[in-house]
Amino acid sequence: MPDDPRTPATHDIGGLARFHCTPVEHDEAPPDGFGKRVDALRQVLAQKKLMTVDELRRGIESIPEGEYFDLGYYERWLRSIAALMVEKGHVGPEVLR
Amino acid sequence: MSDAPRFAPGATVRVKDDWPERRGPCHIRTPHYIRGRTGQVVRPLGAFPNPEDLAFARPAPKRTLYHVLFAQEPIWHEGRAGDTVMVEVFEHWLEEA
Amino acid sequence: MAAPPRPESLALLDRLVAALEAKGIVTEAEIADRQSNTDKASPETGARMVARAWTDPTYRALLLSDGRAAAEAMGVSMAGAPPLGVLENTPARHHLVVCTLCSCYPRAVLGYPPGWYKSFAYRSRAVREPRVVLAEWGVSLPDSVEVRVVDSTADYRWMVLPMRPAGTDGWDEARLAALVTRDAMVGVAVPRAG
Repeated sequence: MPDDPRTPATHDIGGLARFHCTPVEHDEAPPDGFGKRVDALRQVLAQKKLMTVDELRRGIESIPEGEYFDLGYYERWLRSIAALMVEKGHVGPEVLR
Repeated sequence: MSDAPRFAPGATVRVKDDWPERRGPCHIRTPHYIRGRTGQVVRPLGAFPNPEDLAFARPAPKRTLYHVLFAQEPIWHEGRAGDTVMVEVFEHWLEEA
Repeated sequence: MAAPPRPESLALLDRLVAALEAKGIVTEAEIADRQSNTDKASPETGARMVARAWTDPTYRALLLSDGRAAAEAMGVSMAGAPPLGVLENTPARHHLVVCTLCSCYPRAVLGYPPGWYKSFAYRSRAVREPRVVLAEWGVSLPDSVEVRVVDSTADYRWMVLPMRPAGTDGWDEARLAALVTRDAMVGVAVPRAG
């Protein structure tokens, strides 16, 4: 599939046919405790200049396609934040296991 | 290095038909569905550090950001003529059309 | 509906926070403080801004030209927040905001984005078939109205200034603000009086 030079990246889903018939569910719930904690952690790390929102996005975008669509929203964030903290040497790689 | 926007409101511009995500790790904010498409500059929105650099913690020179307007129907070959989509696009993704 | 996080994700978060704490990089207190701050933002802020714009032409002009200053004028701290752009609905044009690449959202004035805004279905469909998505949610716009989808791709965050509904002459700001839902400020709903 990625043989087509105009294939969008995984996260670049505007207009994607695979969701054409999926109704937009009225999911009004605020983030759960896990989501709020991940969100707050990201803000603290950004405040301390340890990561940017752009790095967060780059990390999310590098999640393999199968997992990208399988993981929850804040699970994708957490994956990215953890990978970034390891990449930048703030924590050891054992955190990821 | 001039900070003056290259394009004025109303200018017709073409989004580069470039697919850097197929060449390796990158982070871009130009959605796939406007690449190669022609639109009109609505207005410059100011200059912001280039997210393509910020995402990799590289020095990020500021680039002018524009609101660019596209007709919906030619993009998707569906929908109602006259409906539009407006997208924030950085200057280095735009060329004169 | 959003599935609960996997046990592996809960464990990863605990390991990460513990490792960051051990390095003296973050504390639980800082995270809790940030979270309680974030919890305070809500769509009521945006609704108050809209209601004020409906009744005060000077504020309306400020809101449309400089959303950040307009939010600050309502007592919202915009320090560190991205610039806020405001999109004016008119009898001829209806705006609908989506972020196809991630889920950019004007959190300073609307609070946490709802689940549907972050959903793959909304992100992919709103930009391609906005009228179908709107119709599914009970909003049908005449063909004479241009639907303008705003894909929030970069440094701004966008909110919609809906049209003041008919039948609200003489209403005060508080009563008007109660009509303005979060959905109306994203563009998936239209305010109605009664």
